[in-house]
Amino acid sequence: MNSLLSGDFPRSRLLAAILLAILFGLAFAPFLFPGAQPLNVAAKICVFVVLVASYDLLLGYTGIVSFAHTMFYGIGGYGVSIALYSFGPEWGPMALGIIAALAVSVVLALMIGLLSLRVRAIFFAMITLAVASAFAVLASQLSWLTGGEDGRSYRVPEVLRPGFRLLEEPLFGVAITGKILSYYLVFSVALVLFLLALRIVNSPFGRVLQAIRENDFRAEALGYRVVVYRSIATCLSAGMATLAGVLMALWLRYTGPDTTLSFAIMIDILLMVVIGGMGTLYGAVIGAALFTLAQNYLQVLMAQVSEATAGIPLLPQLFHPDRWLLWLGVLFVLSVYFFPTGIVGRLRR
Amino acid sequence: MSIPALETRDLTIRFGGHVAVNAVSCAFHPGTLTAIVGPNGAGKTTYFNLISGQLRATAGEVLLRGRPMAGLPASARTKAGLGRAFQLTNLFPSLTVIENVRLAVQSRAGAGLDLRHMWSHRRDLIEAADRLLADVKLTERRDATAAALSHGDQRKLEVALLLALDPDVFMFDEPTAGMSVDEVPTVLDLIAGIKAKGNKTILLVEHKMDVVRSLADRIIVLHNGALVADGEPGAVIASPIVQQAYLGLEVAE
Ligand SMILES: Nc1ncnc2c1ncn2[C@@H]1O[C@H](COP(=O)(O)OP(=O)(O)O)[C@@H](O)[C@H]1O
Ligand SMILES: [Mg+2]
Repeated sequence: MNSLLSGDFPRSRLLAAILLAILFGLAFAPFLFPGAQPLNVAAKICVFVVLVASYDLLLGYTGIVSFAHTMFYGIGGYGVSIALYSFGPEWGPMALGIIAALAVSVVLALMIGLLSLRVRAIFFAMITLAVASAFAVLASQLSWLTGGEDGRSYRVPEVLRPGFRLLEEPLFGVAITGKILSYYLVFSVALVLFLLALRIVNSPFGRVLQAIRENDFRAEALGYRVVVYRSIATCLSAGMATLAGVLMALWLRYTGPDTTLSFAIMIDILLMVVIGGMGTLYGAVIGAALFTLAQNYLQVLMAQVSEATAGIPLLPQLFHPDRWLLWLGVLFVLSVYFFPTGIVGRLRR
Repeated sequence: MSIPALETRDLTIRFGGHVAVNAVSCAFHPGTLTAIVGPNGAGKTTYFNLISGQLRATAGEVLLRGRPMAGLPASARTKAGLGRAFQLTNLFPSLTVIENVRLAVQSRAGAGLDLRHMWSHRRDLIEAADRLLADVKLTERRDATAAALSHGDQRKLEVALLLALDPDVFMFDEPTAGMSVDEVPTVLDLIAGIKAKGNKTILLVEHKMDVVRSLADRIIVLHNGALVADGEPGAVIASPIVQQAYLGLEVAE
């Protein structure tokens, strides 16, 4: 257990309990919450845990502010999309697509890193923003390759398709379809990637990243070539985001600008990392779970409140499901105000 | 004479019109402790910054064992054997004391690029860090964050980081400034201990004349960025120019 978690324990009973509950919920999601919609939410949580954790590696551990994270996420998605669409729904092309996507991401990350990690943080952030916007425009204009604004649906290898049946008989009342296998693929890859990230931040290398975040000048003076460490962190984070994109593309069997490159996703990632707690990794789990649940169920909850308060002036309008974004914003402001170090930071006090 | 451990030739830096370090040429030999004195703003810290690579010289060169350091970043100079403690405390505030020291030990061991193992995997590095903490008498504060330390303890940690690098050339920039009287001897004893090894080169910026007199083999004086006196401690301190202009107050103490 120690080596699985790389010696980085939750260090709070309540936090450990919440994390275990999330792990348990995700591990048995198909059986605990049957139906397409809950499974969809669970898969999204898994993908976002990876995506947010990879962003935390950059922002929370290394102190690099980047807005290009969805670009790497998108590259993973498009890698799978292009490969499966062009060469058919087989594992071989898919592996090729994933490797190509990883290569493109790492090269881009390295270029961004070497070119701009030497400049001040604010310029770096702006450069990443510019590169990400350029990439989004490119993806929508190369429509022969990417499907443009509409994106593209494609078929995945047969065992991952909803029509596939692994077992003749349902298991605990749930038919074991390709969709469920697909979910467990997403879940287990996400779990492995998260544990890998936990190892990286708790390795000798990870401590150097934290040292750079705290005082890059002194890290350099101690003999650590800061630009090299930052570049490696950028590449690792980009690679992990790419794999998150791969998982999402496999799960949705669709890749388009809205599901990968949109700036709205970038903002979601930022919110999740801040709500969960920067520089903790466990914050990524809590942030992703909480935020995705809120995104999917806040409207339902509000509809109920709105109905329950019918007849009382103002309240029904205030809780009308169309106002859900407003309430999400309120929740965000409150959580940052009361938990400036995120939920994990708060629980660990 | 043997090849100097460290040498500067016409080392100069200009900030706009202001020449902060002005054509300083000086060689430092293994086994010697050189005190660098001069009034505040004389350019002592800037001279250090040029040597260790925090600032780029306008003109002149820095040579480490005869090898030019031009264009090398601070990290490469540290790897080449140049160690530096800072005048203004310069630590990793939210990391613990032991983590701070271990980072320095790990840099020296070249183990920073290990992503596969846990931080706790290298027992030897942690043990080395713990020994250094004992040396600077910080063992009790081992698991406190650097930010939580008193000023004096932070200065000691600063010294521990330099000791951890175990460089050929040690550069101390006012290591005892702001320390309480009973903490000063700990640091001075450590510096004397390095000197006793006999093969290390030590540069020490220090205002306290009694300290300088007891530790230094040689004193150089900087004023307005220029080297104005250089020699054996007794002679330099006694020289009229130093007596009057720069050290009057301290000598009178
Ligand atoms: N980065 C800088 N930009 C402009 N002026 C500087 C800079 N660093 C140092 N100086 C100036 O150089 C002079 C020497 O400063 P310093 O080396 O800190 O003196 P000392 O350490 O001897 O007290 C001072 O006048 C200081 O204002
Ligand atoms: Mg100074």
